[in-house]
Order: sequence, then structure tokens, then C-alpha cells
Amino acid sequence: MSLTGFSNPVLDQQAAFRSVMQALAEPGRIVPAGALAGGASPLGPVARAIALSLLDFEVQFHLSPGLIAAEEDITFQTGSRRAARPDEAEFAFVDLTRDALDLASFAQGTPEYPDRSTTVILKVESLAGGPAHSLAGPGIPGTRELAIPGLPADFVAQWAANAARFPLGVDLIFATREAVIGLPRSTRILTEAR
Amino acid sequence: MSRTAENYRGYNFAYLDEQTKRMIRRAILKAIAIPGYQVPFASREMPMPYGWGTGGVQVTAAILGPSDVLKVIDQGADDTTNAVSIRQFFEKTAGVETTTETGKATVIQTRHRIPEAKLQAHQVLVYQVPIPEPLRFLEPRETETRTLHALAEYGLMHVRLYEDIARHGHIAKTYAYPVLVADRYVMDPSPIPKFDNPKMHESAALQLFGAGREKRIYAIPPHTRVVSLDFEDHPFEATKFDQPCALCGATDSYLDEVITDDRGGRMFVCSDTHHCETRRAEGHVGPLGMPVTEAAE
Repeated sequence: MSLTGFSNPVLDQQAAFRSVMQALAEPGRIVPAGALAGGASPLGPVARAIALSLLDFEVQFHLSPGLIAAEEDITFQTGSRRAARPDEAEFAFVDLTRDALDLASFAQGTPEYPDRSTTVILKVESLAGGPAHSLAGPGIPGTRELAIPGLPADFVAQWAANAARFPLGVDLIFATREAVIGLPRSTRILTEAR
Repeated sequence: MSRTAENYRGYNFAYLDEQTKRMIRRAILKAIAIPGYQVPFASREMPMPYGWGTGGVQVTAAILGPSDVLKVIDQGADDTTNAVSIRQFFEKTAGVETTTETGKATVIQTRHRIPEAKLQAHQVLVYQVPIPEPLRFLEPRETETRTLHALAEYGLMHVRLYEDIARHGHIAKTYAYPVLVADRYVMDPSPIPKFDNPKMHESAALQLFGAGREKRIYAIPPHTRVVSLDFEDHPFEATKFDQPCALCGATDSYLDEVITDDRGGRMFVCSDTHHCETRRAEGHVGPLGMPVTEAAE
């Protein structure tokens, strides 16, 4: 597999970062990806662009079993190394279309340093059209709808446990082939799926 | 002004190297996810002294893109030394468009004020922060303040505010007035006047705070609850002025005192220069002002 990096690394990294920043600042809103990179990667072009933008030798990453083939590419492009365990990784990539999700297996931070937690990038097929959940929390005026299809059956329970750990916990970024949705730990899911 | 920063060959876009930007960006994402929590970051030496806004400059450099429009204010003014030099810094190193119009800007870097005009959803407000830890003057040890934040133990701060009431009859703190963000973290809003505190509450814009010397970044996402600390019998009250702006007649803006002679003469004018200019252009005239057309002659 031969994949190239960004054509304009400086501006593409900035654009990819800004879309992730906007997504986490406005949880649940579908934000068009600022930059794409290498559609042939198992990560998909958006998740790979996020990896190329935020990873470097200072951080470690984790890959779900379905994405293991992306290890060499990420290490080559970013200088980041795959962590021995999921809770040693600053960033994790999970293919939700194939692999299981266990939010509790990642680093949750410590009470003094809640920022020392894993940011989990989830590869999904689509960001809309699934069972609707109602979100509330910082970044959301009133409530906002989250309707990502194909979430694990116990996702709402896992997310409730994650939100209960606040200010500890993991932050999620859902990525398709063209857009992202952010779900920071501060966001609560109010209702069961309709 | 160069659009491409071609004349600053040898420098990266927006001055900082990419590895530094990635480190700052990772900190910003954590800060947004944990509103009000101070994320440590590896603050760099900047080509200006600590205390001149190096934290804000680093945050701005990390988020800025070529399509952004940048506004920089110092105590509300676009034309003071700090604001002018930081604006020129980014004109030279990033080649971005700059403006003094609040509504036109996508990124606004500020020292000690929030613009009077209501901020919009597409805007990011970047604060320069001297001392990010609200508990620092009550507890000098970082290990202890970390524990206090971890336990959400903010009794010390309430005692400090109560001592004001015991001594002065009211809470005497007028700037850097502590706030509770999203019902969890007590945060120092940087030395903005408490007049500006209500503007942070449920703001449509993302607010980022950078403290260069103290190496901390924190954030308030849009539409977030920001409550100024107070007591039921001594509720928070924003500063009120008993006179309008001398130039534009505004009664709803924060005023600066300007000494006009050595015999006690003084006037009070809007600290937000763009707000004042806009009002005067619209034809508003304060008690000491003159209509814009006349002044131009």
C-alpha cells in the first residue's frame, strides 16, 4: 500500500484541525472535513487526515483490529508509535463498522490531570439517518439531535458511564469519508433512541 | 501588506513550527472538551516578552488559517501598541487579512476586554492571560490548587469574596472576577472588567484562553453556562456608569477615564474603539463630542 501525505501539509493540517475543533465545540453538529488524505487507507480519508494533523512523535496511538493495516502508514507519516495498550494511547482509531467499542478500556485521565485521556476517532459509514438521540451540554444551545446509524447496542449506556466520570473520560470524533461529528465528554445523551 | 507572507521567507505560516502547532492544537481540543479546566502546554519563547500576550499569540498562531480575518484589541482598542504589533506580526508571518471591525473578524485576539458587539457563531475569541489560576493568590502551591480543582473544592474563593463583604460591604473585585464554567470548574476570565463577565455566558462564539508564561490553555465552548461567583444576599452586579461616553453618548458600554488637563479635568470614553467609531459614524454624539462630519473638517 502506497499512500502520500498532505499535498500542502501546513495548510491542510490547519484545515483538518479547525474542523475537529469546530466539531468538539459544537457537539453533535455535522462539520465538513477541512482536509482529506489518502482515501485508500483503512482509516478512510477523514480519519487519516486527523491522524496526519494531530499525531507526532510525542504521542502514541491505538488501532482497533480492523484497522491494524494502517499502522505502518501512520508511523511513517507522523513518527507516532502504536501503544502497547489502549489506555497508553493519546489517540485511538476504531472501525465501528467492524470492531467492538469499549470506552472504559481507554485512558480516562486523572482527577488532577483529566486531559491525560484518549481521544477516540470512530470510523462510521454515515452521520445521519440512524436512531435519534437528544444531546445537551456545553456547545449546544438547548438540545441537538444525534442520529448516527450503526452505533453499538450498548453505546448509550457506555456514554452515560463516560459522562458520569466527568471531568474524566474520553472524547469521541466520528468520521465518515467527508465529515465529522464531535462528542466531548461534557455532552450528555438525554433520551433513549426513538 | 503581503497576502502570501512571501517576504518572510524562512518562517513557517503564522511563525510557529508545525510540531509546536500540533502540541497546542491537542491542548486546545482537551480544553474545549473540559470547559474551564487549565490544560498544561509546552509554551514556547516568542519574539516578544512574556506578559505581552505570548499565550494568546500562540493560540492564535495554532488556529489561524489563510482565510481567517484577524482583529486584535488591547483594552478594547485596535490602535494601542500591543494590538498594533500583534496584528502586524500576523500580517507579516501569516499574510492574513486583518480588520478593526468586530463583525468582520473570524478570530479576535484580546487583552482584557470583550468587544461590545455581540459575537457570532463563526467567531473565535482568543484571550491573553497573565495568571490563569484563580486560586493562585489564595494557595501558591500548584500541587494544592490542582487538588482543589480535582475535588471542586472552592470554599477558599468564597471566603475571599466574603472577606470583601465583611471589610467593604460589597464584593470589591472589579476585574478578573472568578466564574464557574459549566457548573464544574472555577475559572479566571483573565483581567477583563467584571462588566464583561455576563458576555461570556451562553456566548455564540468559542472562547480560548492562552497563558504563555504560566503555560496553560483553557476554553469555554459556545453556549456554555458561565456564572460569576456571588452570594444569595450579595448577588453579582456588573459595573454601571453614571454617565454616557463623552464622544458617542453610549450608555451601555465600558468606559475609560481620560485625564484632559492638570486641573482635574477628565472625560469618560468607550474603551471599545470600534464600538465608539461605529456609533459616531451613525450620528450619535456625546456631551463632549462633535458630529463626525464636522470633526473631519
